[in-house]
Amino acid sequence: MANNVDDSPDALCTIGEGDCVVLKRGDIFKAAQIQKNRKVIFEKQWFFLDNAVGELYGTAFEVASGGTLQPKKPKITESITEVREAGTDNRNIVDDGTSQKLTRDDIETLKGQGLKGQDIVQQLVENSSSFRDKTEFAQEKYIKKKKKKYENTVTILKPSTRILAQMYHGREPGKICHLRYDSLAQMLTLGNIHAGSKVIVFETCAGLVLGAVMERMGGHGSVIQMYPGGGPVRAATDSFGFPKHFLHTLHDFPLCKVQPLLAGRLSPDAQEPDAPPQPNPEGRSQESGGGDSTVERMESEMERETDDREKRREDKAQERKMKNEEKRKKQLAVAALLQPRNADGLVIASRLHPCPVLLALLKFMAPSRPFVVYSQYREPLIECYTKLREQGGTINLQLTETWLRHYQVLPNRTHPVLLMSGGGGYILSGTTVMAGPPKPTPPQSAEEPSPKRIKLQEADG
Amino acid sequence: MSFVEYAEFIQDGDVAIIFMSHDSMFPVKVQQGGQTQTRYGVIRHSTDLIGRRFGSKVTCSKGGWVYVLHPTPELWTLNLPHRTQILYTTDIANITMMLELKPGSVVCESGTGSGSLSHAILRTIAPSGHLYTVEFHQQRAEKATEEFGEHKVGHLVTVLNQDVCKDGFGVTGVADAVFLDIPSPWEAIGHAKAAMKRRGGRVCSFSPCIEQVQRTCAALAEQDFGEICTLEVLLRVLDVRAVSLALPDLGKEDEGGLPATPNATVTCRTAMPPREMAGHTGYLTFATKGPV
Repeated sequence: MANNVDDSPDALCTIGEGDCVVLKRGDIFKAAQIQKNRKVIFEKQWFFLDNAVGELYGTAFEVASGGTLQPKKPKITESITEVREAGTDNRNIVDDGTSQKLTRDDIETLKGQGLKGQDIVQQLVENSSSFRDKTEFAQEKYIKKKKKKYENTVTILKPSTRILAQMYHGREPGKICHLRYDSLAQMLTLGNIHAGSKVIVFETCAGLVLGAVMERMGGHGSVIQMYPGGGPVRAATDSFGFPKHFLHTLHDFPLCKVQPLLAGRLSPDAQEPDAPPQPNPEGRSQESGGGDSTVERMESEMERETDDREKRREDKAQERKMKNEEKRKKQLAVAALLQPRNADGLVIASRLHPCPVLLALLKFMAPSRPFVVYSQYREPLIECYTKLREQGGTINLQLTETWLRHYQVLPNRTHPVLLMSGGGGYILSGTTVMAGPPKPTPPQSAEEPSPKRIKLQEADG
Repeated sequence: MSFVEYAEFIQDGDVAIIFMSHDSMFPVKVQQGGQTQTRYGVIRHSTDLIGRRFGSKVTCSKGGWVYVLHPTPELWTLNLPHRTQILYTTDIANITMMLELKPGSVVCESGTGSGSLSHAILRTIAPSGHLYTVEFHQQRAEKATEEFGEHKVGHLVTVLNQDVCKDGFGVTGVADAVFLDIPSPWEAIGHAKAAMKRRGGRVCSFSPCIEQVQRTCAALAEQDFGEICTLEVLLRVLDVRAVSLALPDLGKEDEGGLPATPNATVTCRTAMPPREMAGHTGYLTFATKGPV
């Protein structure tokens, strides 16, 4: 069979300069970009990513002194786990706060000597008077806890929806409307997002949902991002590190021009209101690579103070004019893409009220296509549901929520993880159908027609 | 039509989903001259289906009507002929994302079962990916192969009739992801590892019982898989309805109070959880194979 396609180390699996990556320590993630001589701060540690270049994705690194990364040797033999002596219960363990013989200063000194995390843990174990009396399980837990604190292992991963969705949910849930990753998974599946289709996306989730859709489309087909305000937000999208050709399939269109477009009054010459930067927290668009932005901001401030302000301003005016022209052209192209009203999918996830957006954007869709709407709250989706039932043109409506539960699976210690997420938002999904032929929008609402209603409708038509 | 590509019009040979209501739909094989009986009367394929747009309303002989929908893996999951227990969309969605499936992914799966997950995988990995699916039950393997052909996804999938625990997936070093839904997944972890690319990949095992999960996790740890993680996802379907609450009669106030209207009610729209819901399908255990 097809055993020949073994992947030789290629650009896909080795870390390269300029790559968008995700750093992982324990369950904590952080998006970063590989840049030479650039300090990265992650989990109270700083280091340089230079040494990661050329290594394989998925490699674990140890942070050495001076912030350099060293690939960790796989399977370090665990000296700690050898020769175990353990108690059976805790009846004689007294919490007098003196069981650890090492003081905080001692530990700092050990760290200062550049001792490896593993050795510090060993020291802590040896100097704990109660360790030997702990049960085997308690010992394991103790070591695990200390390892987490003192071992500085950082794994470098290739970004994916799985990782970025978990990262955003863990670090900045407010920026993605508290969209939990299992809810995002539902959206992609219920929306039947796949290569070759034409999908409309409206989101205010920092570009995470957009990125997830793009990943599933693999650069085949087209994605039209509708954006509110001055421009689309794509901080999270950029963190995926998509190849350039993916961007050819990505289009955007301002939400404020949807009604004119639907009414056939979209005037291409109308002056674009000079796009002000968005006031919202995730407002930085396009160029933000997910890394920290203070450096860039400082640079731009310094630039502003230079003498040749005038010239710069002129150049900028010229540049802006060109950009506006280009923007208008692009907008016309996107309008042409929307106009046939044959989109294959619609994905909405925003902090705005979904109802007006949904009702308007559904008009761009072909019949027999799925759509999904996410909201952090269920009430707006109840309204959407009601309106859709009233106006018709959609079937198979379903308002759902998913619950996610993680498990600790260990010998004799298997149970649900103590803390679980309280809410991952709500999803309304459905399928478009052709509006009844006799009238543009016949007022049919029920999914299951009773004989009576049929007669009524027939009389109508 | 195909399960991996939308079409506008219904053609001879297509699969279409006849939608009567949320809990009443079924698939039909569209055939020139074919007929399908529904409770609203007969649907004549040549006149009622072929050449019509997917999403059309079709009037049946007794005057009732149905919608004809383009097939999707999700609709197929709700309508497929069961040959085994199947995976449903909620679990499938999480499996797809957590296995990081996308166009071009090469996936190994066992068992094929009724092909519910297989169709969803094929949709996601098309047009350039491939699915190697292993089913030890000969009849089921044959039936699945036949279905993949009918659904025009046969070029994306290889069905192998063998025991994955004994004989593996029939491929080595090619998979980005492996999925196991078999009674003893721990016996197939070694084969899963062998099937995966050198650069690594993701694996998932679905098991209804916690004892199965424990043995699987032990096997994964032994085979050096990392990021071992077990989770469970439950779907709550909410029923949107208007409920009316009767206002209590607190009696008349002595002076100036409005007369209490008997039988007054307030109506509010709400979303109700069902009285009963699916409480468990299976545990999903995920892990990562690191690069070697």
